[in-house]
Amino acid sequence: MVNAWVTASIVAVIAGVVGFFVVLRGAAFVADAVPQGAFAGAAGASLLGINTLIGLGVFALVGSLGIGWLSRRARRDVSTALILVLMLGLGALFLSFTVEYSSEIFSLLFGEVLGVSTTEILPVALLGAVCVLAVLLLFRPMLMSSLAPESSAAAGISNTRMELIFLIIVAAATSLTLPVVGALLIFSLMIGPPAAARSLIASPLAAMGLSVVLALLTVWVAIAASYETNWPIGFFVGAGGAVCYAVGRVLGWWRTSRASRGRLVSGS
Amino acid sequence: MNFLFAPGFFASSPVHVALVVGGMAALVSGVVGTFTVLRGQSYSGHALADLAVTGGSASFLASVNPLWGFAGTGVIAAGVMDMIGIRRPRGRDLATGIVRGAGLGLAALFLYWDTTNTSTTGATITILFGSMFTIGSNAVPLVAGFGVPALVIVAVLYRPLLLSSVSADVAAARGVRVRLTGLACLMAIALAVSLSAVTVGAILSTALLVGPAAIALRLTSSPGRATVAAAVIAVVMTWLGVVLAYDSFTWPPSHDGWPVSFFIVTLIFLGFAAAQLAGRGRRVKG
Repeated sequence: MVNAWVTASIVAVIAGVVGFFVVLRGAAFVADAVPQGAFAGAAGASLLGINTLIGLGVFALVGSLGIGWLSRRARRDVSTALILVLMLGLGALFLSFTVEYSSEIFSLLFGEVLGVSTTEILPVALLGAVCVLAVLLLFRPMLMSSLAPESSAAAGISNTRMELIFLIIVAAATSLTLPVVGALLIFSLMIGPPAAARSLIASPLAAMGLSVVLALLTVWVAIAASYETNWPIGFFVGAGGAVCYAVGRVLGWWRTSRASRGRLVSGS
Repeated sequence: MNFLFAPGFFASSPVHVALVVGGMAALVSGVVGTFTVLRGQSYSGHALADLAVTGGSASFLASVNPLWGFAGTGVIAAGVMDMIGIRRPRGRDLATGIVRGAGLGLAALFLYWDTTNTSTTGATITILFGSMFTIGSNAVPLVAGFGVPALVIVAVLYRPLLLSSVSADVAAARGVRVRLTGLACLMAIALAVSLSAVTVGAILSTALLVGPAAIALRLTSSPGRATVAAAVIAVVMTWLGVVLAYDSFTWPPSHDGWPVSFFIVTLIFLGFAAAQLAGRGRRVKG
């Protein structure tokens, strides 16, 4: 049970950090597509008798880079959609080859945090730390390239390289977090808390911090609730992400309306 | 001829249903999909398909035909997404993602109840990946019932849709009710993906929605011709997929047939790759 809390917390930190840039770069669809493609990889790996994590990682990376490559030739949303469905089609194929699968598919799709073993925590923690470190080290260039691509090019930052690194980090974060929260819902963690944080705080670094805090809260509540009711954790994460987002939007709207009212009141 | 069509293909009744239902779903997807791609709403389409999963799992719980669940949830979800209604693509994608996440969370719950309360263990697979060969002929009028309205929406709103897809401001200036048009389009998308969710499954209905349309738009820049081309491509690929899936019943490893959805999606992707290459050839010549 302790394993579940620890792993989920690691997942939340990763999601909060990486998700910050997902929201900033408007890459919600990509962050959504990569985990689903990764799921197909897990199915394939299971078929071949390999560790599912390897299948996850390979397909996540291939998918992520595939989207990046195709986006340079076609619209980004179409490229993402096509790569996504191609990988899912393969996933459907792999699944059809196996026989006794339903519960494992379910947990890959919707999460099974209570099934994490102690031996799996260390690699997840290490790789997670690497992801987070990478984002922190590249914070400024990544921020610039996300917000002002033309100026960053002038400043000598390669936008394509930042995009590539971003995609790789998303792939890595996905592979790490997917087994816990499930393919279909990992990105709720990567989108809801960061979106809320951005509505509330302007300073990027602080916003990222808040995003991590919100992600942690979401995950902890989700685990507790899932443990109590026996319902899938994915349900609570999906709901939690939505709540974060809704609260963020309401508070943000309230703040802007207060600010404009304040200006009216204080006169010229 | 026999090498392509495995024996018994034309006589098999499930195959007939598959061809009819699959064809109709493909037709609607191709037409509606053209506007989805033009409006840059591929993600919304995908989200609506996934939300259809929620409806599908609910209908398994209630023991109704999944199409009602798919379509009902799809339409409601379209309404919600439009209500949260943000015009800028980034904000829109965020809102879409959140709605999708919440909806899928709900789906997780329904599926969990499905497997623990009822005896339908294959619910997850059927909803997510489709059941082309086990649809049953009583679904045909139902599919038509949902497909025709979708096509009607596109036909009636053709000009306003085009105008508002190209430029919302110009459209508004010309008197087009942009908001209403957008909502109607989302509804049409919801219906289209619900139909193809039955045939190829919710997860892959995005392929039918976006793929043929993307291919068509690579081949021609006229929206009208693209719409027709998309419909044709979608139907052809679906039928080809059905043929191959039927043939695959004798293939290894399980001799139970490879999924139709896999064939259709792969064909679509190959078609897209081919259209890409063809497009490049044209540019070089010109």
